[in-house]
Amino acid sequence: MTLLVAETLGIHFGGVQAVDDVSFAVETGRIFSIIGPNGAGKTTLFNLISGIYRPNTGRILLAGEDVTGLPPHRLAAKGIARTFQNLQVFYGMTVIENVMVGRHLREERRLVPAMLGLPSVTRQNRATRKKAHEILAFVGLDERIDEPAGALSYGDLRRLEIGRALALEPKLLLLDEPAAGCNPVETAELIGLVRNIAEQGVTIVLVEHDMRFVMQISDRVLVLDGGRMLAEGSPEAVRQNPEVVAAYLGRHGAREAGYARG
Amino acid sequence: MRALLSSRWTTLGLLCLVIAALPLVFPSGYYYRVAALVWISAIAAVGLNIFMGYAGQVSLGHAGFFGIGAYAVAIGPARFGLNSWLCIFLGVFLSAALAWLVGRPILRLRGHYLAIATLGLGFLIALVLANEARWTGGPDGTAVPRLTIAGARLMEPVTWYWISGGLLTLGTALALNLENSAVGRALRALHDSEIAAALAGIDVARHKLRAFVIAAVYASLAGSALALFDGFITPDAAGFLRSIELVAMVVVGGIGSTAGSIVGAGLLVTLPQILAVFVEYEQIALGLIIMVVMIFLRRGIVPSARRLIVRRAP
Amino acid sequence: MAEVLQFCFSGLTVGAVYALVALGFTIIYNASDVVNFAQGEFVMLGGMVTVALAAAGMPLPVAAVAAVGVAAVVGVALHRLAIEPARGASPVGLIIITIGASIFIRGIAQVVFDKQFHKLPAFSGDTPFAVLGATILPQSLWVLGGTAAIVVGLHVFFERTLIGKAVAATAANRLAARLAGINTTSMMTLSFALAGAIGAVAGILVTPITLTSYNVGTLLALKGFAAGMLGGIGNPLGAVLGGLMLGLIEAFGAGYLSSAYKDGIAFVVILVVLFAFPRGLIGKRSAERV
Repeated sequence: MTLLVAETLGIHFGGVQAVDDVSFAVETGRIFSIIGPNGAGKTTLFNLISGIYRPNTGRILLAGEDVTGLPPHRLAAKGIARTFQNLQVFYGMTVIENVMVGRHLREERRLVPAMLGLPSVTRQNRATRKKAHEILAFVGLDERIDEPAGALSYGDLRRLEIGRALALEPKLLLLDEPAAGCNPVETAELIGLVRNIAEQGVTIVLVEHDMRFVMQISDRVLVLDGGRMLAEGSPEAVRQNPEVVAAYLGRHGAREAGYARG
Repeated sequence: MRALLSSRWTTLGLLCLVIAALPLVFPSGYYYRVAALVWISAIAAVGLNIFMGYAGQVSLGHAGFFGIGAYAVAIGPARFGLNSWLCIFLGVFLSAALAWLVGRPILRLRGHYLAIATLGLGFLIALVLANEARWTGGPDGTAVPRLTIAGARLMEPVTWYWISGGLLTLGTALALNLENSAVGRALRALHDSEIAAALAGIDVARHKLRAFVIAAVYASLAGSALALFDGFITPDAAGFLRSIELVAMVVVGGIGSTAGSIVGAGLLVTLPQILAVFVEYEQIALGLIIMVVMIFLRRGIVPSARRLIVRRAP
Repeated sequence: MAEVLQFCFSGLTVGAVYALVALGFTIIYNASDVVNFAQGEFVMLGGMVTVALAAAGMPLPVAAVAAVGVAAVVGVALHRLAIEPARGASPVGLIIITIGASIFIRGIAQVVFDKQFHKLPAFSGDTPFAVLGATILPQSLWVLGGTAAIVVGLHVFFERTLIGKAVAATAANRLAARLAGINTTSMMTLSFALAGAIGAVAGILVTPITLTSYNVGTLLALKGFAAGMLGGIGNPLGAVLGGLMLGLIEAFGAGYLSSAYKDGIAFVVILVVLFAFPRGLIGKRSAERV
């Protein structure tokens, strides 16, 4: 079954065509990676899928439904969650509260019961906290749940964002450079975590620079360059695609290509 | 220790204790008056803290809603023969409706733009109150009919001490409950990152608007209370300096902290009273206090004190 | 026709003062990201100090120069004693500090001077010129001329002098300026001094027309802030245009609509503009990077 379809997506800022005629489809439960050199339009593409930008051309279908141009909070309600390349953690809250925010859509959000502190709200708080605790255990952060989020290390903050996104119980999880700034140990743990998430049936689309990460984990890979699609296929096929090697790996990432082969 | 200090029961318990115990040390009736003024300002500050502290927005015109509440209980009974109690609710309704109506467009703005828009809103409300002299008595103000309950007129400072103290306790409880709910978490989340909040499914615009309306309701209630307590009201109650005073209470006490808003109100209301002896120097002192607290206790009094205690605690 | 022209003259005169206040805002904002609500107090100081020194027997030009100096020194003190120690505070925190400073300065003025309104003699007499049926006060020409001179002077300062370029560089990119060896803190202090001096000049020029007292600063600060917003905050040319525009709108609004609501017009305009253009008329569009 196909969960996400992008059809001829395009957006420009002023005169710059940041994403141009990009189409792809992601099967349910798969890990789909988007790679490309800096400025290839990867994060812009993410911003389109998660509703931060509205595309100038094309459509986005989620489980067959046209969700083009919906605002982010509506997309979240449809089952799209994401993390951010430059972390967007709620630093004014504790670790567990960050994840509890992710449960927002599963919670009763009426104002009057909340202000009156009705027993139903207290019960709900307890249930949300319990669920958040489980999620933190799943991402491996259940040791420090009541500390301020700012006390976590960089790698842990990345996990925290993943935990917050999972709290939404999404169908589609968008990970924007999950391994950026992580050391090799953290990256290896991350690979395990992402695989675990996918095994639970969550479809994953990720943007990543770390080629080894991408080649190890992906079911399919999309290569962007200058906002356009260069290739799409299995990691093996993409790696051997002469155009990709020449245009992307050859020009921009000989070092990364070395990692990929090694 | 940390858990104890941040528990809402601690804040609420301490507040009740202070309200109950203060009369024991008051040497004269005058102190009831000052304390009642503190409670009333604190109500508005606690509400504003929901908008500024929880949701991280800014309003430099919040006294406008204070003024609406105050003039509702002045104009309604005097000019239309309406019941004062009813007028309190009319004021709340008017303030909420105005906040909702104006909030929808202006809450899209951020930072300095939101500051100037809210400032303009408050300024215009004060200007209308000063100019529509037929209804409001103009810049010189107007008398406010006293509130009656079972035929008794409420005017003694002692009475108002307990009324406003009770109202503040209630308002504080509601604010603390809100903080620990899905809505409160949504507000605090959008404070830190609107984009991440939206992607967690939070309708950011709607929640900002909710916080703005709640803050307007608190301010309106406080305004009604002040007018009924003083028996007289002038447009200055809605003016820019009053708005700044409210913001200063929230920020000086510790933005985001409900207890801080109450402490801030206490400081900013009592200091001018203490300094009333040197009436000339009141503004100098007020300006100096605001600057010194903001420079040296950047997080505000209550959060700074809390950190100090947590650090000292074993 | 004569009436329209009359409103133009009075609008431009008042607008020039708003423009200078907005310009002061902009200079400080660009250099330090601080929205300085004490900007109106510089205007008050310009007028009040000149009045006081002239009353003490000083010749008017000397008193005026001294007043500009005082305002500049107050600007420096504001930066060194209140803004610089609070470096890293939140934008709202910094706004509160400048509001605290404005209350403080006003308090001092109230004690040092008094609570009365004061007037300065017009620089070139009070005989109005007739222009196409309308009249214009010689002092209005002083205000407009003074404003034009300041705008030109600032332009030359920022574009042609080394120190001006250093201030401009600090405004454009603080880190890069520091790496280029510019003492950015000094440049910020200089900006505060400059903003203080400009505010004082505005106060001196306009006092013969509008009178002054210890508390004229607040409203001027608010309107100057509104003017700066109108022009898109941080844009000096926008600040000047915004100020003039605001003065004109106010004059025509007071003339044709309601003089009682004259002071509200600025805010109605600002609200309408912000509804339509959430980033100001000449503001830049910038997308949040995530």
